[in-house]
Amino acid sequence: MSLAALSAVTYTYPGAARPALDSVSLELEPGEFVVLAGLSGSGKSTLLRTFAGLVPHFHGGTFGGEVELGGMSTRAHGPGELAAVVGSLFQDPETQVVLGTPRAELEFAAENHGLAAAEVARAVEETALALAMETLLDRPVEELSGGELQRVALGATLVARPALVCLDEPTSQLDPVAGDELIGLLRRLNEDGEVTVVLAEQRLERCLGACDRVLVMDAGRLVFDGDSQGMLAWALDAAPTLVTPGAALLAGLGLEPVPGVKRARAALREGGFGPSERAAGGSEREVGGARRARRLRGRFARSEDGAVLRMTNVWHELRDGPAILRGVDLTLTPGQRVALMGRNGAGKSTLLRHAAALMEPTRGRVQAAGRVALLLQNPGDYLVHERVEQEAGAGALAAVGLAGLERRHPRDLSGGERQRLALAVVLGDPQEAERPALICLDEPTRGMDRAAKDTLVALLEQFGTAVLIATHDPEFVAAFAQRVVLLADGRVIADGSPSDVLSGGTYFATETARILGGAGGALLPGEAVGLLRGDAGVLA
Amino acid sequence: MSYHRRASPLHAARAVIAMGWCAALLLAGLIEPNPIILGATLVCTLGAGVLAGVGRSLARTLRWSLPMLVTIMLINALVSRNGLTVIWRFGDLPLLGQTNVTLEATVYGAVLGLRAVVLVSVGALYSATVDPDEVLKLFRSLSFRSALSATVATRMVPVLTRDAHRLAEAQRCRSGRQPGRLALLRASTAGVLDRALDVAATLEVRGYGAARKHPGGGEHRRWSRHDIGFLFSALVLSGVAIATLISGVGAFSAYPLLRAPAGARTLSAAVVLVLAALVPFADRRGIER
Repeated sequence: MSLAALSAVTYTYPGAARPALDSVSLELEPGEFVVLAGLSGSGKSTLLRTFAGLVPHFHGGTFGGEVELGGMSTRAHGPGELAAVVGSLFQDPETQVVLGTPRAELEFAAENHGLAAAEVARAVEETALALAMETLLDRPVEELSGGELQRVALGATLVARPALVCLDEPTSQLDPVAGDELIGLLRRLNEDGEVTVVLAEQRLERCLGACDRVLVMDAGRLVFDGDSQGMLAWALDAAPTLVTPGAALLAGLGLEPVPGVKRARAALREGGFGPSERAAGGSEREVGGARRARRLRGRFARSEDGAVLRMTNVWHELRDGPAILRGVDLTLTPGQRVALMGRNGAGKSTLLRHAAALMEPTRGRVQAAGRVALLLQNPGDYLVHERVEQEAGAGALAAVGLAGLERRHPRDLSGGERQRLALAVVLGDPQEAERPALICLDEPTRGMDRAAKDTLVALLEQFGTAVLIATHDPEFVAAFAQRVVLLADGRVIADGSPSDVLSGGTYFATETARILGGAGGALLPGEAVGLLRGDAGVLA
Repeated sequence: MSYHRRASPLHAARAVIAMGWCAALLLAGLIEPNPIILGATLVCTLGAGVLAGVGRSLARTLRWSLPMLVTIMLINALVSRNGLTVIWRFGDLPLLGQTNVTLEATVYGAVLGLRAVVLVSVGALYSATVDPDEVLKLFRSLSFRSALSATVATRMVPVLTRDAHRLAEAQRCRSGRQPGRLALLRASTAGVLDRALDVAATLEVRGYGAARKHPGGGEHRRWSRHDIGFLFSALVLSGVAIATLISGVGAFSAYPLLRAPAGARTLSAAVVLVLAALVPFADRRGIER
C-alpha cells in the first residue's frame, strides 16, 4: 500500500488566474527518496504544502481531486492531524523555530503528538544524537547560525517520527558545506529509518546522486516521473535548464548522462576519457588555464592605481563580541567581476556592507572611487511601494529589462523580476543618478532557478561595471566571475582566478571540477569537454 | 528584548515564581499612588535587573521610556485645568485657549509618567528573566493557545527587530529619493504579516492545531532555594503594596493642592519594599544551569 497518493489534484490559490497544481496524480512508496525539480513557480512548494494539508486548509482557494496520506484524506483531516504522518520543513529557518531553545522546540513538537514526559525526553535525546545537535540543545536560538537553525527545525520535524518528510529547498540559505551535510543526513535518515523523503531543490547536482526518484513540475503539471538517470536523459531535450553540469559534460562527450560525481567519473572512464586520456588533455589545458590566470593578474596590476574599491587592513570587531573581519586587504579594478565565497558567518555580508559604507571599520580603511550600489540578500526589503513605477524611474526599469511592468504591484512579480527591480532601485535612473563605480550583491542567486541566474549574468555583464558578489553558488561563480576571494573567519584565505580557487576543492568547487578532480582547472562543462577532447584552445 | 538564560538567582527560580515575583512588582506599580513608593518600586525593578545581569537591557528600555515620562508630564501640565499653584502663564494659545501651567498638574503628570515607566520596566524585566518556554509549559493545560501566542510573540521580537533593521539598511541603499514614512510603515506591516503567516504554517505542520496532551502529566521539579526566596519576596512585596494602600501610608493627592506624605512610615515602607525585592539576589548558590 502506498504511503501517499494524489489523484487528479488541481488547486488554485485564492485570487489566482491559473492553477498552481494541474491534474497531478502520483503515489509515494515507503522508504523512497524523491527529488522534486522544476523552475521557480512550477508548483513544487504547492505540491509539498498539499502533502502537509496546508493546501487547502491553510491557504484556502479551489481544490479538486483527492489526496490520501497514511489512509487519511486531506479533505477530512487538517495539517494538525496529518502531522502524525508527514513532517514539513520550509526554506526560512528563522520562522520555523518558535521557542527559545532547541530542546524546548523538540519537546514542543513531540508533546503536540501526545507523547508522555518520558517518551518526549527520549525522543528529544535520540533526535539530537541522530542529527548531531546534542551540543546545541540548551543554547538560545538567537545564537544559532542559519545551518544550525535549519538542523533544529529538521529535528522538530523528525522528533515525532513521521513516515514522510517534505522539505522545500532547505539548503537555499546554507553554505555548500552545510548544504551537503544536510543532504547526507537526509540520505542516512532515509536509509536507516525508512523515512520517505520528498526534497524540492534547485541545485540538482547536489542531490540527484542521492535520490531514488525524480519528479519534475512545470506550470503546475507533473511532466516527468522516473529515476534520476532517466530524468537527465529526458531533460537534455525537454528541459535544458534542469540538466546538471555533470550531465552536460557527459552529453557533450557523447556519453549517456548519469547523476552524481562518482558515477560520472566511472562513465568517463568507460567512455575512454579515463585518467591517462585526461592527463594528456590536462597538460594542454593547464597551459590555457595558466595563461588566463596570468592575463587576469596582469590586468589587476595595470589597473591598481585606478581601483574602484580599496580595502586596507579592514577590521570589524563587535563590542563584547568576536571580530567579524580580521585585517582584510582587497582591491577591485574597473569592470572586474569578483566573487566572495566562504561559509555562513565567514564575514561576506559584513565585507559588502563596508564596501557600501553601511558600516565603518573599527580599524583600517575603505576607499571607493565613486558610488557603491549594494543589493542585499532580500530584494523585498527594497520594495515598499504599491506599483513598480513608484520604486524606480523609467530609465532604471528599462536598464534591468522591466519596461512594460510599470503598473504591476512588486509583490506580483516573479522572484527574478523582484530582484531586478531591487537592482533598479539601487542603481537608479541612468539619466539622473551617478553611475555606480561598483555593484555589490549579497547572495543574489539564493533560491533562483538556472534560467533566472542566466538572466542575471547577462544583465550584470551588460552594465560593464565592477561587480562584487557574495555567493555560495560555485556554478554561478564559474559562469560569471573573473576572480574569486575565499573568506574564512573574517580573513582572506584564497584570492585568484576561478580556475585556481574552485577546481581543487570539494565544497567550494563546481560539479565539473569535482568530476575531473580539479584536472586542468576546468570548471564548466564546455571547458571540460574541450579539455577531455584535447582541444587546448577552448580556454585560450 | 528577549530572554537569555543567565547565571542569576531570578533566572534560577522556576518560571511560575519568577512570573509571580514580577507580578508583585507590577501590582505595586499599579496600585501605589505615592511617588516615593512608586520610585522605590522602580529602584526594585532596576536593581533586580542589574543583579540579574540584564541591566543593559533595562537601560535600553529606560532610554525610550524616560522621554515618555516627560511627554506625559508636559501634556498633563498643558491640558489640565486643575491645581491652584500657577507656575507659568502662557496666555491664549491656539487650540488650547487660556493656558496656565500649575505645579499640581505638572507633578500629577510626572507621577503618571513615573507609573508608566515602572510598568514598562517591569515588563522588560519579565521578558528578560522569565523563560517563555517554561511559561508555555505552565499554561498549556489552562490556555494552551494563549500561552503559545505569548511565547511566539516574545520569540518573534528579535526576528522582527532584525527585519526592521534590514528594511532600514535597504532603504539607505536606495539611489534616489527615500520613500515616505507611510510607505515604510505599510511595507513593515506587510513584512510582519508575512512572518506571522510563516509561523502559523509552521505551527500547523508541527501538529499544534491538533495538540494532544498526554494524560500522564508533566515532570515534577523539587523546590529550589531560589524558588522559596522569591516566593517569600513576592508575598512581602504584595503585602507591603496592599498594606500601604489600605492604611493610607502611601496616600497621594494632587488637586487642588499637592498632598504627598513623606513621613517615616512612608519612607519605611519604601525601604522594606526595596529590601524585600533585592534580598533574594544575595544568595548566589546554585544559579548556573
